[in-house]
This record gives sequence, C-alpha cells and structure tokens, in this order.
Amino acid sequence: MAIDREEIEKIATLARIKLDEQQIPQVTQSISDILALVDQMQSVDTDGVTAMANPLDATQRLRPDEVTERDERDAFQGIAPNAESGLYLVPKVIE
Amino acid sequence: MHTKTIAELVRGLHNRDFSSEELTRHFLRRIEQLDERYNSFISLTAEQALAQARQADQRLADSNETSLLCGIPLAQKDIFCTQGVRTSCGSKMLDNFIPPYNATVIQRLNDAGCVSLGKTNMDEFAMGSSNETSYYGPVRNPWDRECVPGGSSGGSAAAVSACLAPGATGTDTGGSIRQPASHCGVTGLKPTYGRVSRYGMIAFASSLDQGGPMTRTAEDAALLMNVMAGFDEKDSTSIDHAVPDFTTNLNNDLKGLRIGLPVEYFGDGLDVGIQNAIEQAIKTFESLGATVCDVHLPHTNLAIPAYYVIAPAEASANLSRYDGVRYGYRCEDPQDLFDLYTRTRAEGFGDEVKRRILVGTYALSAGYYDAYYRQAQRIRRLIKNDFVAAFEQVDVIMGPTTPTPAFKLGEKSTDPVAMYLGDIYTIAVNLAGVPGLSIPAGLVDSKPVGLQIIGNYFDESRMLNIAHRFQQVTDWHKQTAPGIDS
Amino acid sequence: MQWETVIGLEVHVQLATQSKIFSASSTQFGAEPNTQACALDLAMPGTLPVLNQQAVNYAIMLGLAINADINPLSVFERKNYFYPDLPKGYQTSQLEEPIVGPGVVNIQLPDGSHKAIRIHHAHLEEDAGKSLHEDFHGMSGIDLNRAGTPLIEIVSEPDMRSKEEAVAFAKKLHAIVTCLGISDGDMSQGSMRFDVNVSIRPKGEQTLGTRTETKNLNSFRFMEEAIVLEVERQIDLVEDGLKVKQETRLYDSDKKQSRSMRSKEEANDYRYFPCPDLLPVAIAQDHIESIRQSLPELPDAKQQRFIDSYGLSEADAAQLCDDRATADYFEIVAKETDDARLAANWIMGELSAKLNRESIAISHSPITASQLAKLLLRIKDNTISGKIAKQVFESMWQEGSDPDDIIEKQGLKQLSDSGAIETMVDEVLAQNPDMVDEYLAEQVEKKKKKKFNAIVGRVMQASKGKANPGQVNQILQQKLSR
Repeated sequence: MAIDREEIEKIATLARIKLDEQQIPQVTQSISDILALVDQMQSVDTDGVTAMANPLDATQRLRPDEVTERDERDAFQGIAPNAESGLYLVPKVIE
Repeated sequence: MHTKTIAELVRGLHNRDFSSEELTRHFLRRIEQLDERYNSFISLTAEQALAQARQADQRLADSNETSLLCGIPLAQKDIFCTQGVRTSCGSKMLDNFIPPYNATVIQRLNDAGCVSLGKTNMDEFAMGSSNETSYYGPVRNPWDRECVPGGSSGGSAAAVSACLAPGATGTDTGGSIRQPASHCGVTGLKPTYGRVSRYGMIAFASSLDQGGPMTRTAEDAALLMNVMAGFDEKDSTSIDHAVPDFTTNLNNDLKGLRIGLPVEYFGDGLDVGIQNAIEQAIKTFESLGATVCDVHLPHTNLAIPAYYVIAPAEASANLSRYDGVRYGYRCEDPQDLFDLYTRTRAEGFGDEVKRRILVGTYALSAGYYDAYYRQAQRIRRLIKNDFVAAFEQVDVIMGPTTPTPAFKLGEKSTDPVAMYLGDIYTIAVNLAGVPGLSIPAGLVDSKPVGLQIIGNYFDESRMLNIAHRFQQVTDWHKQTAPGIDS
Repeated sequence: MQWETVIGLEVHVQLATQSKIFSASSTQFGAEPNTQACALDLAMPGTLPVLNQQAVNYAIMLGLAINADINPLSVFERKNYFYPDLPKGYQTSQLEEPIVGPGVVNIQLPDGSHKAIRIHHAHLEEDAGKSLHEDFHGMSGIDLNRAGTPLIEIVSEPDMRSKEEAVAFAKKLHAIVTCLGISDGDMSQGSMRFDVNVSIRPKGEQTLGTRTETKNLNSFRFMEEAIVLEVERQIDLVEDGLKVKQETRLYDSDKKQSRSMRSKEEANDYRYFPCPDLLPVAIAQDHIESIRQSLPELPDAKQQRFIDSYGLSEADAAQLCDDRATADYFEIVAKETDDARLAANWIMGELSAKLNRESIAISHSPITASQLAKLLLRIKDNTISGKIAKQVFESMWQEGSDPDDIIEKQGLKQLSDSGAIETMVDEVLAQNPDMVDEYLAEQVEKKKKKKFNAIVGRVMQASKGKANPGQVNQILQQKLSR
C-alpha cells in the first residue's frame, strides 16, 4: 500500500518523531516499499484462524502482593537528564 | 590460547594450566590490539574483568567449586543491562545510559563466575541484519573486512570469530544470532521462546526476542546454555519448564534421526555454493545414520511480511519510553513538551529504528489494525502450525541459515527491503517460537556458510547433540578467519 | 423544548493492594516523590511486568458484587500515548477482553424509587504518575510514585437520566468497593475518580446526542456540579442552533467552570494491541467460586438485614449501608446498646454531623463505636437525659475520654431522688405563683399543656438539667392537680 506524505506526517506525530522537510520524500518511499512487502499478507484467507500473540499460548503467572522494592531514587535520578527535589523535570505540562 | 574452545579452557583452568586472570589479560590484550580492525566492542571493561577474574581464581582455588564456567571470559551483547556499565543498545539514545541493575542473563553468568570482557557492538536496538545501523559504526567481518558480519549480534559473532572472546551472548528476534553466526563462521543458538529470561534484555519485539549463546562449538553453546537458560519469575513470558543439562546428550548416536528438508528453503534466491555446502552437510548426517525427507512449510513466504508488521508494531510501543525524561538522550533546550519528545527521538534514534517505529505505528493505527496487525498474528499461527505439522514427521528440520554469504558493507544499507529479504530462513523460527541453531558447514568464496538446525519446542538438547556429532566429524567450526594466528 | 439528560460514568477505583499492579513497589499514599518508583515504574530499559495476584482477586470480587461474568481469559493491552506521567509511553490496560463482563448495579434514589444501572464492563489497568505544576524554573515536576497503582475502571452504560441518578450510582459503587474492602474509597487521595459522559436529547427521542466527557472528578459534589454545568452548556449550545462537539473537558472546581482540554497535536489514536510482555490471564471457575464463598456481605444484602433484624426504615438502612465503616460502626453500637433505633439516630444525627463538619472519616472518629454505645446506655439506664448526653458527647469528642468519667467529673448524673425533686418542685412553685395561677385558670387543653411544660422547664433549669424529666412531670402533675 502506498502511503502519502500526509499520512507519514500523521504517524510521525503519533510516534513523536520529528521529520525534517527534506527527509520526508525518502521516508515516505521506504515505508511505502516496506508496506508493499507486507501487503503480500493480504491475499491470504485467515478467516477462523485465532490470532497468536505468544508462541507458546501460555497464560499469565501471578505474583504475590508483596512489597520487595526499596527506595533507589538517588541511583535512578543520578542518570536522569534533569531531576530536582526528587522530581523529573520536563517542559511545562499543559492539559 | 585464544583459539581454544570454552570446554578446553574449562579444563585448562581446572588443571591450573593458566589462571582466569591470565586468560582474561590475554583476551583483553587481543581486543586492545586487534579490535580496531573489527569494531566488535562498544565498551571494554578491563578493570571489572580483571576483578572478576581474580575472584574467579579464588573460587577455583577451592576444590569444591562446582561452576564449570567459573573464570571463563565472555563478551556481552550491549543489549543486556549491566549494572554500573554503560549499556547503549547500539544507540545514541542510550549512549549515556548506565543501568542500576543487571539483566538476569548477566546475573546468572556473573554468579557462575564468568568474566565479562566488555559489551559488543550491535545494530541499533537490534534492528538490522548487517550491523550497519549501530551508532558506534559498523562491525567488520573477520573473514572479509569489506563484508558485514551480519546482525544484529554482529559484534558478538565477530568477536568470537576473531578469537577476541571464546564465547559471547547474543539475542535473536528474526535471526540476529543465527545469521551473524552463519556469516562469521561460529555456532549460534536461538533457544525456544521463553527458555532464556528477557529481564534486563532491552526489548525490540517482546514476543520474538530471545537471548542465546554464540560460541565456537556446539559443546560450548551447551555449556553456556546450562547457565543462561531457566525460569525467571521477573519475566512473565519465561517458561517454567525443566532445564536439562545440555551437555548430557551431546554424544548420543544419530542413528535413526529423522531430518526434514523444507522444500521452501531450497528454491529461488539460494546461492548455489551455499546449497552445495548444505547438501554436503546433509550427506554427512546420512553417513551418521540419519534419514532425510522433504517437509513442507507452506507459509514460509508469509513470514517476512508478518514479521515486518509484528516486530515494528511491538517495537513502536517498546521504544516509546525513550522520551528524554528519566534517562538517556535528551535534546538541547526543548521549547515545550512536544518539542522535547519529537527532537529527542529524532536526534536519538537512527534511520532504521525510526523507520520501524513509523511502520509499527502505522500498522497499529486506527483503520489499519485488522488488515495489518491482526492479519499478521493470524499468519503467525499458520506459520506455527506449519512447524507443528512438520515435527510430526521429523525430529529436526535443516536448511541454510542465509540465502547468500556475507555481503559487502553498504551493499544493502540503502535498500531496507532487500536487507529484510535476507532473513527469509530465520524469521519463521522466531514467529513460531521454536529453537534454531546455526553451525559452520562450509565456505563459499572464502566466506563461511551456516547450516540451520531447527528443533521442536524445548528440544535444544537434541539440536546440540546433532551439531556436536557433526562437529566431531567435520572441521568447518575449527577454521579461523585469515590473519587469526593461533 | 423539554430536554432529557443522558449520563454514563467511567469510575476509576484504586485497589487497596500493598504493591503495584506490575511491580513490587509500595502503593502507599503520600511518600516523598519518586521514592516508591522502582526500575519498572520508571520504564527502565529491559524491565518487565509481572501481574499482582491480589489485583486480579479484587477485580473478581468486584465482578461478583455487580453480578457480572468473570472472563475466563482476559488480555492486557497497551494503550499508546505520550505523556510525562506515563513513563512507558503506553498504559497497560484492557480493551477487547476485560476481566469483568457486563453486570448491573441497583441504585436507590432520594424519592425511594429504585433503578438498575447496567455495567458495560470493568477492566484492570495501571494508574499514571502525577505532574506537579509548581514552578520549577518554568518546568513541571514528575512524580511517579502513583504510576502502576492498580485501578479497576468500571464503565456504565448510558443509563442515568439525572445528576441524582449519577450521584446515587457513584455512591453505590463507593459502598460496594469499600464494603468489599478492595479500595479504601478515600476520595481526598484520589482513590475513586469519575469521568462523566453527558449528552442531551429532546424528551422522547431515542437516539443519543453527541456526548462530552468530563474527566477526573474526584468527589460526588464536583461530579454533580460538573453535570449541572455541562447540561446547561449543551442546552445553551443547541438552543442557539449550535452543535455539541465530541470532546474531553476539564472541570475546575474552584472556578466552577469547565473547559475543553487543550486539543492535542493530533486526534487521539491509542493504537491498542495485546501487551506481549504479559500473557492472557486465565481464571478458573473454582477460583471464582472460592472467592464467591468468601465474599463479605454486600450493601444490598446488608441493607435488607438492617431492615429485617434491626427494624430500621429503608432510608435509614440505606444511609447506614453507604459505606462499610459506617455499617460496621452501627452494628457495634446497636449490639452493645440493644437499641438499634437509638444507635441509628445518634450515628446519622449527632455523629455524622460532627464528622462532616470536621471532614473526618468514621473510621477515624475520635469516639469509637463502643464509647458511643456506653454513652447511649447511660441514657437508657436514666443516668443522664438525652440532652445531657449531647453535652457528654461533645466532651468525649474533645477529650476522647470515657463517658462515665465525664459524667462523674462534671457531675452530670441525672437526679432521680424523688424527695430531692419534690423539694425542687415546691421551691419553683413557691417562687412562681403567677405561673401556677395562669396554668390553673387556662381552659384550652393545648395552651394548658404548654403552660405546664413551662413550669417543667423551670424545674429542669433549677436542677441544671439533671433532674429526671419523667419524675419531674409526674410530681408536678400530682402537685398541681391537688
């Protein structure tokens, strides 16, 4: 399936990836090529086939409700780009 | 010393022929001297390695030490989180990321007394088949430095191939252990999905990712699997399945072994030289008493299309956490929140990663989910059913690991689809979750050929047995790249 | 034009687990920022979720309490969007296969009528962190302590037709979850939050109008205010010939205003897909049955029992069953006094007024149920009058001490010595001959009674309220009829 520029810009926004103006034609082309490859799937009739999310069709194991984590804030915030007073700082959040 | 297998080094350590410290220094020296040729390491952790080696020597001095791998130096793919040691995943995004925790695989190897030499180069976030997408530059194939080593575990494959480490860890999402193993002439095992814990292994596509060993021999792979494999309560997808001693059955007789050759793996696009090498290998197995028949994996041609929906879709969500807020790269002077996200991710990710995130985002977006994601998950079931049916007829499936030998650097880097098509024989294995092994089985144009052995779920022990018997009667695995002196 | 309001609710309830839904961090409220956020809560690379058993059990309990089917296989999905309080860039939630299927909640309205509100489904998900907007050099601070706290989101059908119904439904859910003990229900800490979907349509119209969603209301009152405001806004729009736009709105409880949330850079497209790090949750029928067996008494059953065995009115029983702590409190007082009516009156009157005034939850009441029971026993055994009891209650509230001590210390014991009362009555009669004359002269029965009571009042005054009012009446009656 060919994808147009507008759609590329939409998904880039959804994915929060800034695309430079001059990149867009090339990105559009390569993604169209990949979608063309992927579209080979469309010819297959899969009615009645159950989608498979996990190779072993296993089910979820449950964890006892116990607190075993301890406070490691200093270690975690030691690698943060911008932390202050125990908080991670980001440009102002406007709802 | 560096051409020795892990099994040989284990004997040497236990016989006090050399100490772990001597062994470690030897490999560290080799890496320092030679790796500029290959670029197989992103980080070298010499001090830590020597400290671990000295600890291992103390453990080895105690005659009660039971860990066979105690004192063995290994290289770790830079996708495994290592406490206190930069873990970049081949990306600028994590160039400054020093995890405060260990991956379970790393923890298990540490506990066994293994020595970590450093972190190996890889395609960025394991997305690639050539190692050219790494932020740290491409890895070069020790057999031909104009060629790629394969990917994404190209650094680990090259390091073992160039005898910079006797063994390494790798991860395989669509062939990322087997394809570089094939291209670099080493043994690489992708275990059954769920066999090796994914905790602390940076996720590319969670339902496909699996860690495994890359070594010179099947026996060495078995030794590493004994430590790496096993249930982990920190990973919900880890399977609580009995873990055998993978070395126990190595020498079992192959008489009566039923080998299936998928007709779909021997068609158009397969290099003639590779086909000949694989046929030769099959004859060897027949001489060891195995029987051979054709099997069908009719949905093989759908594996790549399904994979390039599922893997990018999962990746698009897995990589959303790289947002410049809590760790990793953050763009300079963000104007607002949107700017922080979009520039951090545009600057921190390379082109291939961005491409896959965009494809995955598209495949999951409103109006396309059924046609892409759901359809791919259904095809995935059909592919699994192919394997289930084949394993009702045969014990293992064999074929080439790759359709061509290692290609030239830059040859496919501008054509992603051409690159993707090279994974035709490896990808279905990940979609089905079955184990796959690649072992050296010949040379074409002086470049290694890999034989792929695909086993049934949890049948790694038998696969290693088959590979080991092959390696006892052939010496492809003993060949070293030109210029690797012993 | 007559308009009909249509309301649907999405109720987020924080589950009272010790640890988070997918990590072993504490869920306790009020810790220092980011001290309860482990590597998984911070979405550190390579970390993986493992599901908390108790969260699943609590969801099953809720499902059983609202007569819903429990899905034998439910699936966690990723809901993808970028927000700084959402560290992974997706929220782990459920969409196609939620843990709890359709159910029903019965509500009782202020006029005593009943209505069944259908539940579309309820699903498990993780809470997000918090953005703090205090000024950090023009930036916001992110605290991820709350990230990963288990939530159950209960989604109703659009079955409510008024704010009263919506509030009754919300209160009923509060009663159910607190009764089950699956949530502390503490709204001041955000343990229960409401998203309200409101639309209007001409009365008699069958199709639904365009709805808006007002998000994150954290009290019954704010919810009510937001509904009133939104209904007015929509009616104004439509009557002005404009259209209601489907949008998400925020209610500002200080300004009593609502506004459209800043439209994101693009329309939301959450790209849900099954979370590959988590496997389908299988729930065996016998596990559901064992939970059913251990389920505590639910508000409806409790209310009926209060009516049947304590002889309470339906309204009183409903009010006492609003939350489990109140119901439990009542039962202790009722049992220890053997006077359910008296207990109910005091709890719904004196006690609840005081608790409301000081915004204290009954579970933290300075007067315990047993202490209140003791006080009421002193009324019953005529040690003090009801009026004096209120004075004692006040002292108990302030000092937290035993009612008997207060009665003793403040000398409040009721005077029952008939000789002493008689002396007091004689004195009052002697001092107020005009009152006596007026009483005796009065012919109209009603007025005569009033004048009698005035004399009783004088006697009580003289005794500083301590005389037994019954005895005063009796003695006075005798004296004046002579």
